[in-house]
Amino acid sequence: MRLRLFGVLLAALLGSAAQALTWKITLLEQADNPELDRTRLERAYLGHPGGSPSEGVALALDEAEFELKAAKVDVRLDIVPVAGPEEARAAALRADKAGTKILLSNLPAEWMTTVADAVKLPVINLSASADRLRERDCRLNVFHVLPSERMRADAIAQALINRKWSQVLLLSGTSGRDTERSAMAQAAIQRYGLKLVASKTFKLSSDPRERQLANPLLLTGGASYDVVWVVDSDGEFARTLPYNTAAARPVVGDAGWVALAWHAQFERFGAPQVSRRFAKSARRAMTDHDWASWMAGKAIAAAAAAQPQANTDQLLQVLGSINLDGSKGVTLQFRPWDRQLRQPLVLTDGQGVLALLPLEGILHPRNTLDTLGADEPQKLCKTRP
Amino acid sequence: MKLTQHLCALLASSALALSLNVQAQPIALVSSEKDNAITVINLATLGVQGIIPTCKRPRHMQLTPDRRQLLVACGNDNTADVIDIATRKSVGRIPLSDGPEIFDLSPDGKTLYVSNEDDAELSVIDVAGKKKLASIKVGKEPEGVKVSHDGKTVYVASEVASMVHVIDTENRKVVNNIAVGKRPRRFALTPDGNELWVTNELGASVSIVSTRDMKLIHTLNFEVKGARASDITPVGITLSADGKKAFVGLGRANHVAFIDVTSRKVVQQVLVGKRAWSVALNKTESQLFVVNGLSDDMTVINVASAKAVKTIPVGRVPHTVVVVD
Repeated sequence: MRLRLFGVLLAALLGSAAQALTWKITLLEQADNPELDRTRLERAYLGHPGGSPSEGVALALDEAEFELKAAKVDVRLDIVPVAGPEEARAAALRADKAGTKILLSNLPAEWMTTVADAVKLPVINLSASADRLRERDCRLNVFHVLPSERMRADAIAQALINRKWSQVLLLSGTSGRDTERSAMAQAAIQRYGLKLVASKTFKLSSDPRERQLANPLLLTGGASYDVVWVVDSDGEFARTLPYNTAAARPVVGDAGWVALAWHAQFERFGAPQVSRRFAKSARRAMTDHDWASWMAGKAIAAAAAAQPQANTDQLLQVLGSINLDGSKGVTLQFRPWDRQLRQPLVLTDGQGVLALLPLEGILHPRNTLDTLGADEPQKLCKTRP
Repeated sequence: MKLTQHLCALLASSALALSLNVQAQPIALVSSEKDNAITVINLATLGVQGIIPTCKRPRHMQLTPDRRQLLVACGNDNTADVIDIATRKSVGRIPLSDGPEIFDLSPDGKTLYVSNEDDAELSVIDVAGKKKLASIKVGKEPEGVKVSHDGKTVYVASEVASMVHVIDTENRKVVNNIAVGKRPRRFALTPDGNELWVTNELGASVSIVSTRDMKLIHTLNFEVKGARASDITPVGITLSADGKKAFVGLGRANHVAFIDVTSRKVVQQVLVGKRAWSVALNKTESQLFVVNGLSDDMTVINVASAKAVKTIPVGRVPHTVVVVD
């Protein structure tokens, strides 16, 4: 089977020694994931996955060859496609029984929580960015590598403050995800003292009866603003918005300025080498999702090197305390209060990287990275470790 | 520094007149990654005296043991440029592998060991024959390279593996891997050859390795008043000729640290420009030069008073400084 072969190949790559420990890692993937549909991948919308997360994970494990050899650990990656939350639960239980050390989740939010509740194993959430998974729906055994929506919204708000573009026109889509993300954008606007001039809903449509909802010129006309913030999880509407507004104003959010975990054009802190290695092994440009998967692989390798014999409880502790190098200039850790990987974000227009966030001058009493996303005193995750 | 020692030996044995022709006037040379050029600083006036065009994205630079030529590793066209110090002109190129970053020369100057960050290899290059003799697999993103004084060992730092690889130059094999701090960058070797100092960019520290036991024996942690640990990113390092003082560029903490080697304690910290990396001393060790990668300039420090005396604008994203005096 293809998936098995992959694991064997990886073990061979890592030079399995006879006495080496085997660490089994299971990646649960949504079968026929619409996000990975070919036509969607071809659009290459910013903030959307560029392919399977297994590529980033495998790259990180391959890179850790020397450390894993020294720790005498072979890491095997199994990939299990699942078609629904129940199947995901069953697959997680099977993986647990078969001795899996860590589960990786490339699943929708609800499936992921079902998995996390079924097992005690550490679960690394690769793809679900909803803040509620870090807040009211947080789980003790879940670690998040992709930045949350709130982190991305805070980053955009910081960039607007820096430019003194304080009057914001917000355009949001109608999907459930857009509603959630729009709430995060509005919270960031409030938090950073920006002013929400108007909040409007857009709809993709060519129906003349709906043109007030669908026409960018009508949506952006009749108001005075510094900037248009668009929330569009689908991507199609946002792509047409820059240079298509009634007033000559920049677009931010899901087009124009976008805040992401990574961009292949990022030039500093050894980032080009990482993007180059990824492009060489996966034959495509490294996206923010790939960076997150790569960090998950690095976290696994770091934990294996630090404590090869760790049991589940110890593993949760080890993962909770490791320092990771994500080629973003600082060491990264999982925040103790919600187990979100704290990290700088890149501000990109899709062509290149314009800035690294938090921007210089944004202050925090302990760690400026904690100006992005939910902070400790808010105590939003009640079951915090 | 090691080179200075070899130089002394060489000078004693070779014609003195020849060496006097090399460079009458003291200069500092600074490579800038985004200009494909080297800025020449006149050390008498502390002003820019000229520009030497070179290959693409020049990074590490080092003088040949006779100090008559400067070798420049160029990251983007995979060569080492050979620059004649007297005429300040490029006189040849040595082909290197993908993404050369840091190199060191064997004590006789005949062999060049260079880290190739893209291929995760250390390449062994025959300088005269301009050809690759071997390549040795190391951890990802190799950076610092240092050849032992006897030329029998070469040390390579892997930024991703957070390890120092110890390579036997005779059979060209990795004989030891020593775990050091996070993202190790550059090396300094004490004059007696007993201690290898390694800067850890994301560890805010220097790892001190005993070369006899091939073991980490001490970690020197940096603290800078007013800076958080995450902003202390040490990279560049150099030692005084007697091995008693070490100087480390603390990166984003915008300081350079003076260290007493015997007690392994920081004795001074001097505020310099943005992202201080490469550091170099002049021959009398009265001045320290610190290259600031993010403010495109070089700070000149009076070592005795531990005070910055001048900041000189150089090219875009300066990388390495070499003093010729």
